[in-house]
Amino acid sequence: MLVFIAKRFVFMIITMIVVSMLLFVLLEINVDGVATKVLGPYSSQESREIWLEQNGYRDPLIQRYGRWLGSAVVGDFGESVRFKVPVGDVMWPRLWNTAILGFWVFAIMIPLSLILGILAGMREGSKLDRSISVTGIVTTSVPEFASAVFLSAIFVFWLKWLPGTSSMSDGFSFTELILPIMVLVIYDFGYVARMTRASMAEVMTTHYIRTAVLKGLPYREVILKHALRNALIAPFTVIMLQVNWLLSGVIVVEFFFAYKGFGALLLEASLNQDIFMIEACAMVAVFVAVGTQTIADIGYTYLNPRIRFS
Amino acid sequence: MANVSTTALPAPTFGAALMRAIRSFGLLRESWVGMIGVGLVLFWVVVALLAPLIAPFDPNATLIPFQKPGAVFPGNDTVPAGTFWLGTDQLGRDILSRVMWGSQTVLIYAPLATLSAYTVGILMGLAAGYFRGWIDDLLSRIADIILSFPVLVLYIIIIATIGASGINIIIAITFASAPGIMRIVRGLVLDLRNRDYVAAAQTRGEGSWRIMLVEILPNARGPLIVDSCLRLGYVIITIGVLGFLGLGLPPPDPDWGGMINETRSMALAFPHMVLYPCFAISSLILGFNLLADGLREISLRD
Amino acid sequence: MQFDENAPVLEIKDLNLSYWTRAGEIPAVIDFSLTVNKGESIGLVGESGCGKSTVAMAIMQYMGGNGTIKSGSIKFKGVELNTLPPEDLRRLRGSAISMIYQEPFAALNPSLTLGTQLKEVPITHDGISDAEAHERAVKVLGDVRLPDPERVMAAYPHQISGGQQQRVVIAMALLSNPSLLLLDEPTTALDVTVEAGITKLIAEIGKQYGTSQIYISHNLGLILEVCDRVFVMYSGEVVEEGTIHSLFTWPKHPYTHGLFGCIPLPTADKNAAPLKPIRGQLPLPHERPPGCNFGPRCDFFVDGRCNSRDIPMSSVTGSAADHRVRCVRWTEIDFAAEIAHGEEKPPLTIGDTVLEVDKMQKYYEVHDRSIAALISGQSVKLVKANEALDFDAREGETVAIVGESGCGKSTFAKVLMGLETATGGEVRYGGTNIGDDPVRTRSPKQIGSLQMVFQNPSDTLNPSHTIGGQIGRVIKKFGVESDKAKIRERVMELLDLVKLPRDFYIRRPRQLSGGQKQRIGIARAFAGNPAMVIADEPVSALDVSVAAAVTELLTDIQRDHKTTLLFISHDLSVVRYLADRIVVMYLGQIMERGTTEEIFEPPYHPYTEALLSAVPIADPEVTKREIVLEGNLPSVMNPPKGCPFSTRCQHKIGRICDDERPPVQMASNGHAIACHIPLEELRKMEPVIVVPKAEERIHVTQ
Repeated sequence: MLVFIAKRFVFMIITMIVVSMLLFVLLEINVDGVATKVLGPYSSQESREIWLEQNGYRDPLIQRYGRWLGSAVVGDFGESVRFKVPVGDVMWPRLWNTAILGFWVFAIMIPLSLILGILAGMREGSKLDRSISVTGIVTTSVPEFASAVFLSAIFVFWLKWLPGTSSMSDGFSFTELILPIMVLVIYDFGYVARMTRASMAEVMTTHYIRTAVLKGLPYREVILKHALRNALIAPFTVIMLQVNWLLSGVIVVEFFFAYKGFGALLLEASLNQDIFMIEACAMVAVFVAVGTQTIADIGYTYLNPRIRFS
Repeated sequence: MANVSTTALPAPTFGAALMRAIRSFGLLRESWVGMIGVGLVLFWVVVALLAPLIAPFDPNATLIPFQKPGAVFPGNDTVPAGTFWLGTDQLGRDILSRVMWGSQTVLIYAPLATLSAYTVGILMGLAAGYFRGWIDDLLSRIADIILSFPVLVLYIIIIATIGASGINIIIAITFASAPGIMRIVRGLVLDLRNRDYVAAAQTRGEGSWRIMLVEILPNARGPLIVDSCLRLGYVIITIGVLGFLGLGLPPPDPDWGGMINETRSMALAFPHMVLYPCFAISSLILGFNLLADGLREISLRD
Repeated sequence: MQFDENAPVLEIKDLNLSYWTRAGEIPAVIDFSLTVNKGESIGLVGESGCGKSTVAMAIMQYMGGNGTIKSGSIKFKGVELNTLPPEDLRRLRGSAISMIYQEPFAALNPSLTLGTQLKEVPITHDGISDAEAHERAVKVLGDVRLPDPERVMAAYPHQISGGQQQRVVIAMALLSNPSLLLLDEPTTALDVTVEAGITKLIAEIGKQYGTSQIYISHNLGLILEVCDRVFVMYSGEVVEEGTIHSLFTWPKHPYTHGLFGCIPLPTADKNAAPLKPIRGQLPLPHERPPGCNFGPRCDFFVDGRCNSRDIPMSSVTGSAADHRVRCVRWTEIDFAAEIAHGEEKPPLTIGDTVLEVDKMQKYYEVHDRSIAALISGQSVKLVKANEALDFDAREGETVAIVGESGCGKSTFAKVLMGLETATGGEVRYGGTNIGDDPVRTRSPKQIGSLQMVFQNPSDTLNPSHTIGGQIGRVIKKFGVESDKAKIRERVMELLDLVKLPRDFYIRRPRQLSGGQKQRIGIARAFAGNPAMVIADEPVSALDVSVAAAVTELLTDIQRDHKTTLLFISHDLSVVRYLADRIVVMYLGQIMERGTTEEIFEPPYHPYTEALLSAVPIADPEVTKREIVLEGNLPSVMNPPKGCPFSTRCQHKIGRICDDERPPVQMASNGHAIACHIPLEELRKMEPVIVVPKAEERIHVTQ
């Protein structure tokens, strides 16, 4: 088990290093391009040369990568071209905003999708199962930007209950968070619920559930003690991997509702060719994704005695 | 028994394959969910095919801006009169025509991208699952690394680097989806490679690729067909999202995601500009997802 | 819920069970009646699909979503179960009626400790405390002969062996002291020597606890060992019932009688007294014939009498035992006048040596990634799948390799077929060493002359391709024919060879029954006119009557083609019937080899002795010496240092067995035994199986 955890961490670090290399090569192999992006398209050839010389861009790629990685590890990603301040100063508050959004999405989505999934999977093929499944398919079929449009049309345009943007210009306001949360929950819960349902339905057909029933255990106990423990192993992994999905989802939602979060920042950075900001955001996004994956893998192993004690 | 004429037996032909396809479709009829899916998909396929004939206007013609649905176009020197059934956008282009032509765009790029991703993913998955060893390790690690990116972040970085165009979108989708397909194929191959018929093929000295493509792959088709329908849905979402974020196909040709992006600032005043493309894309994705569910349901039956 | 203690433990009357499928209602069990008295053990025997497990599920009132009890009554101690409220039913399940399942591993919850799963039974039913439940569970675990019950209580299912898992399931069933125990093929998933231990345990607990039992099995031999009465089922109906003695000695129904002709009993012989397969195959549930379900396959079928109306059960008169049969002609049929076995066949003449296996070994490297292994630096372990194999096979001869799981018989087949290469020694086939030759470097002719028949009918054929296409491919690959029309003609000939209609050419595997698929597998193996065929358990997954037909087909083709047959099996009765010589393997090593007579008579290797004793024989007049092995089959990953069998050996002579590899002793020319015990000692052993002489028998079944 310890070896497994250590191995997962080593793998996580290797992944991060490979990703950083890819990113660096992709974005910085063309040094003239870097200078153009930093100094703007109308800068003179001369000034670019001077900038490149001053910032050590004439050194070999490996050396530059080492230097960049060294400072990135301690949180120094350079200065944002667009905001003219260190990248971290802009990025960390934005990341915090996204964390708030993500927290609420998960706080609502997890219980909702688990309960619906379990109810559906308990009696496969029942009316309840069919309606939950079909609802799940319908909601996951509507892309975030479309459900954002639909929900805005209902709650902003028609009912006038909620604000249409979430820029938080007058300070933090929870009402502005409701629509982004709804959009993300609606898109995501269907998938998790369907996964939970599949897992639960599979467990319900196993022989050990038959054993439990034929042992004369009360139905409640069969479900709570025998079925859930096995049925929730798979959804646990799925939920952890949803962090990865969420990072994609927030880009669309934050862009749509003008929420000052991490996803919108990454998008703006790439639309504006804010090269150091792209690097920083991508590294952070991958770090979060790989980190949760590592936790998911370790958790899966821990939950599964067949692997834990092998 | 021995005197049964050998010529009377039909050889397996394209006709037989067609018959089986029709029979599978017959099975699908028992799943109403699947039938709705088929209906939605077929609807958009027909619209896409007939768009040049049935679209009332040229999708890029700028006529009268900001028209509500149902407004009448009186006609001018070059364009005959007609009705803007779904209104026009801020540049005066007919939304119904753009939605119709937009279906063509999405139904060309999404299947192409999916096909390309599947080709790469299947080859990787077959190799990883069948050969095992270092090939498996290498391919699986590559897949792990690509899959550790949040999908959209990956698309944004790729498109930001190589630029937005039809072919680049296909490349980006292939790059981002192939590892997921590879994992599925690999899992199926790991199971199927232990079957006795694979051992039989090995013991008669068949080549590895023949075994993978002829003996193993056809038996993995069930789960792969279901997955490809789901994945088509995701690819359509992806193309839509890229268009919506301004990273999609370059204007002016109609693209549903792009239409929403261009007009969403006016959504509160002119909801029709955004709503119709949203309905269009959602219904097409729903079609593929329902179809996938129907196919899975019948595949579980026998 | 008031039990009547004077009523029979279980009384089933006129039970009809159905399944609902998309094709409509399918009757699974028809007109079923059965009474179980206190302490009685009832056997329910039949081939797959005969409805025997459905009966068990109906008794438990657990028919699944699509099964229904159409009519009839099931009374447990006078209480009607079919109308029992769910809450009463729940209290009955697991306490008064318990069940033991076919696959113990699947029956146990993988993520709960065995202790938790055991304790909850008495806690639920008897309302006792956790500590009391623990105490009781430990006691019952001791009763089912599990060493170290406390360790078992703390373990998860995957941490103990299959045999131990089944003991836990049995303990679980006994915890609330049930009156009735249902056993659904409880030993089918286990190895033969482990099966013997479980079978003995079941017989003992029946007596110790006074529990009535319903024992469901496809194996007549097992039923004979554990039951008092037996019910033979065919296609949803009981066709015959009676006491063990009466039914096994004087079977009255043509089906029962036919079954005995299909089993390779010690009296059968592949040349003098071959098996007599039942022709045709089981009817599908929705295609049952009118009248007698067995009619179309019966040699005594009379049109107008057997197929005019439903056949009732009638009592056998003149018999002291309560013996009943579902046949209108049972009084008229004189089985004694029938030849119980098939027609005599000429024996094959044995030719030159085809295969020589010379000190062949196959080691695998396994990477151990546990902390302990990393620290000690022994992260690469050698698994000795085959160690110093030494034997040969001659033209036209049948050599059997016998052993339980992990004995290395499949690894050997892989090396022979070129899917793996040997790590030492030689495998000479036709004079050339092919042990280091992977299949890719062999010539098509070489490949074609050495082919294999696989075990599992469900995946021996590729479901995506037609039968004709699959066999045709083999013919083309081996270079037998290249012209399309000629390939087709050759496929037709092969279909004739395996006695299947020619229109199977265009069929797909899923349209075929298990026996038909195995026939195609045989046709495929013989496509290249092989000199030698390896058959890996070719009939073990088939029903008795089908297996007999496939076995006979295989020997007939062998006889015509003078093929050398290497028969891999765990079943000594089939092996005794088929093989000329036998190689007994255990954990990758040969324990004993010799002619079939030599293996079945002393001197024995102690493992052979145990193996012989473990095989159930469906003949009440055959006597068997009982040897039950203690302990588990060791893992191939971690075999004992000295003699591989030392951990379970009933004749172990001391430290030498643990520490030193046993010497190979030659009992006669060709009869080798690897054991530390001196030959003279081994010669003194009593025979395990004693078959009475024909004239001493009460009744000749074969």
